[in-house]
Amino acid sequence: MKVAVVGAGPAGVRAVERLVRAGLRPMWFEEGPASGGRIYQRPPTGFSRDHRALYGFEARRARALHDVADRLRFACDWRPETLVWNIRRTEPVLDTLTRGTDRRSETFDAVLLCTGAMDRVIPVPGWTLPGVTTMGGAQVALKTQGVAIGSRVAFVGTGPLLWLVAFQYAKAGAEVAAVVDTTPFATKLRPGLLWNLATFLKGLYYVGWLRARGVPVFEGAMPRAIEGDGAVRALRIEGHTIACDAVAMGWGLKPEAQLADLAGLPFRFDAVQHNWVPGQDAAGRTARPGVYLAGDGGGIAGAEVAELAGARAALALLADHGVFVDPLETSVLDRQLWRQAQFRGALEAAFPFPAHLAAEMEDATILCRCESITAGALRAAAAPEMNRGKAFTRIGMGRCQGRVCGPAAAEVLAASLGCAVQDVGRLRGQAPVKPIPVALA
Amino acid sequence: MKADVLILGGGGAGCSAALHLAQRGLRVVLLERGLVGSQASGVNHGGVRQQGRHPAELPIAIRARRMWAQMAALIGTDAEFEATGHLKLARNEAEEAELLRWNAMAAEYGLHPRMIGRNAIRADYAYFSDKVVAGSLLEEDGSANPRLLAPALAAAARAAGAILLEGHAVTGIAPGFVVEAKGQSFTAPVLLNTGGFWGGQVAAQFGEPVPITALNPNMMVTEPLPVFCTHNLGVVGGDIYLRQISRGNIIFGGGRGESDPAVPVSRPLPVPSFNAMQRAIEILPQLAGAMVIRSWTGIDGGMPDALPVMGPSRTTPGLFHAFGFSGHGFMLGPAVGAVLAELVVDGHSETPLEGFDIGRFARQDALADDTWKTRLE
Amino acid sequence: MKRLIDQDRPGLTLFVDGQALAAKQGDTVLTAILTGGLGHLRQSEFGDGARAGFCLMGACQDCWIVVEGRGTQRACTTLAEPDMQVRRR
Repeated sequence: MKVAVVGAGPAGVRAVERLVRAGLRPMWFEEGPASGGRIYQRPPTGFSRDHRALYGFEARRARALHDVADRLRFACDWRPETLVWNIRRTEPVLDTLTRGTDRRSETFDAVLLCTGAMDRVIPVPGWTLPGVTTMGGAQVALKTQGVAIGSRVAFVGTGPLLWLVAFQYAKAGAEVAAVVDTTPFATKLRPGLLWNLATFLKGLYYVGWLRARGVPVFEGAMPRAIEGDGAVRALRIEGHTIACDAVAMGWGLKPEAQLADLAGLPFRFDAVQHNWVPGQDAAGRTARPGVYLAGDGGGIAGAEVAELAGARAALALLADHGVFVDPLETSVLDRQLWRQAQFRGALEAAFPFPAHLAAEMEDATILCRCESITAGALRAAAAPEMNRGKAFTRIGMGRCQGRVCGPAAAEVLAASLGCAVQDVGRLRGQAPVKPIPVALA
Repeated sequence: MKADVLILGGGGAGCSAALHLAQRGLRVVLLERGLVGSQASGVNHGGVRQQGRHPAELPIAIRARRMWAQMAALIGTDAEFEATGHLKLARNEAEEAELLRWNAMAAEYGLHPRMIGRNAIRADYAYFSDKVVAGSLLEEDGSANPRLLAPALAAAARAAGAILLEGHAVTGIAPGFVVEAKGQSFTAPVLLNTGGFWGGQVAAQFGEPVPITALNPNMMVTEPLPVFCTHNLGVVGGDIYLRQISRGNIIFGGGRGESDPAVPVSRPLPVPSFNAMQRAIEILPQLAGAMVIRSWTGIDGGMPDALPVMGPSRTTPGLFHAFGFSGHGFMLGPAVGAVLAELVVDGHSETPLEGFDIGRFARQDALADDTWKTRLE
Repeated sequence: MKRLIDQDRPGLTLFVDGQALAAKQGDTVLTAILTGGLGHLRQSEFGDGARAGFCLMGACQDCWIVVEGRGTQRACTTLAEPDMQVRRR
């Protein structure tokens, strides 16, 4: 049985672990050079920080995951530096590209997509300036390169990641200009205390630590613009202008679901996390036989859940293909996944995506940074849904294929039509999921 | 709902017919399964070209070209049309002879492309590889943005009083004509079949089936590159076509994707994509440094002689067909609509349509050796 | 972009638009260019100015540079190598 796993983050690693344990030798594709995904991304060779320094509270999990993954490589058909840029509509085939030069098509009996997530952002005037990055990008820079995105960094957005990254920067010796959380404290309090005590307390610790060091903290404040000429000079929020030379922005995460889309899976709008997600059952099965999902690529639930979901989906895949699977193991995972799911809604409620901030962006704001298309152009095009909006304005036609601007563009379009954001739909995926060289032929 | 004319299918031809009929005071209802321009009209290369066509298509292509010059006045936008010239390339002597043969024929229709020989190609177009030995340039040809045409025609048709209903898949057609869509009945004495690939199914229902196949143009685009080539490029044989838009992206296509018209769904395919990429680099070597950022396709209707079905039904009075444009109908859409309006209101059209007669498929000798058959493209 | 911690690594020299740039083993090309004071990675094709990447994780495609012998690459996922020739678009 030919099984493929796409992604070597937490979900992919635990999935491959289960598959190998069952005697399989899966094809394991990872776009980067090593396992770990984003949260447990590893620096290139030559860096000397240990796991505690790199991953803080998550050090033990990260170490365990890396150790398992490092051993699993030899039990698999391990394909690092390999982009899976297409999955065929009806044929069970993946189209892959290794190191930008070697193309191979691989048939599969089953494939498990563990493609992870990226930051969700809201364009503000000046967000394309050198010095502006995503929240996750700011963290990756510190973790894997030992650099801060600037000498004096402002952080804006919401979610646990905002506080974690600002804390990590300050702890590493960076100058934190300010932390701006668009969620008011009061909004976080109730769901935090009732459902997510650990996360809430960690957050309080980070905020307290930053405040104690004189870092300006703003809650319930909206960013208005990033100022600068050729580089960031300041972040302007309501009532304050914060001098800085870099801004990290992020409002939670959104799934990287392009392969799920090309696989033909139906999507639904998850109102709790405010994201379009591919359809799957609790075990990771999808509407297409042979295609499974696990981890943030199927809906944002975090790294801990990703490990559980990767294992669970591998078991579902095995069971569906006639391999014996211990019912006790699956029921334990099911229970753990169910318990984790109860907290998810509260976490989202504690750090809501400020859709109005996106919907109300000024006409002159660049919305699609690949093609340099403004919010005003999208409003003026009077399109009834997102793909028409793309056809009329070119929003989403650029290199990133709408990864960055998609969510904000939907808010702008829906607000201009006076309808709910899910009613304008989502950008339809097209191959290649990331650009490939013309010279590849 | 009662109308004077019912139109099935909201591509360029159908929307143009709705506009022209509404302008002549008729009550028009157009039924479109999805959004207007979703299929062939919206996914093609965007070529606005007379060069390279089968002689049977030249009168309507010439008429369409005249309309494109006035498109802004007709529908309020030029759909980014630019007369950048269509340069058809020869990659060997046989292909060069083909260009000359076509040009001699086209002169009789008043078209005078300029042949560019080996030395001039080298001198004036340094970006071509040595594989390109000659070219024929028709300067009045060019390209437009296919995504914009049908929606703009539809908006103009609505402004002229036509009713265009999107999201209205046709569920039944009865003689008379009575058409069911979304639980509603629509009746009219005249029915226009501008259903693209699905036009074949409509024709079959009226006892005149045609051998239509789904044709999915395999399209790709690069990132924006510094502008170096302004012509719309084609080759003899039509296996690759390219154009660089003013924003810098190079759009190119060739070969066929796959589709399931019953859904409908369509996808480009890797093998034709790689073939097209290779052929593109063979013509423009500097494309080797570019990236493919997106691919797409759609569902067009392909006829075995690569000519559309256009004209009155052979079985049913009041029924008129215009479908099966075989990959080169985009430019013609506005003119097809004008022609259909003439057939309906005046009983005849100034544009010759004999070559498109649906009856040709009923005759044994209809598809004999045709020296002008447009291959692939 | 500012070097902060874990910077005790062997140096290397790469070339950006023909100019020598000192960097360190383990740097990505993005890190090398932006910590090296060059300010940006490319110019937007549409006149809105300089770009210096955004997501830093290979998703946004805003950090494209050209590496001689390899063609277009993302600066954020490409490791700097000795004598690498990088051209900015």
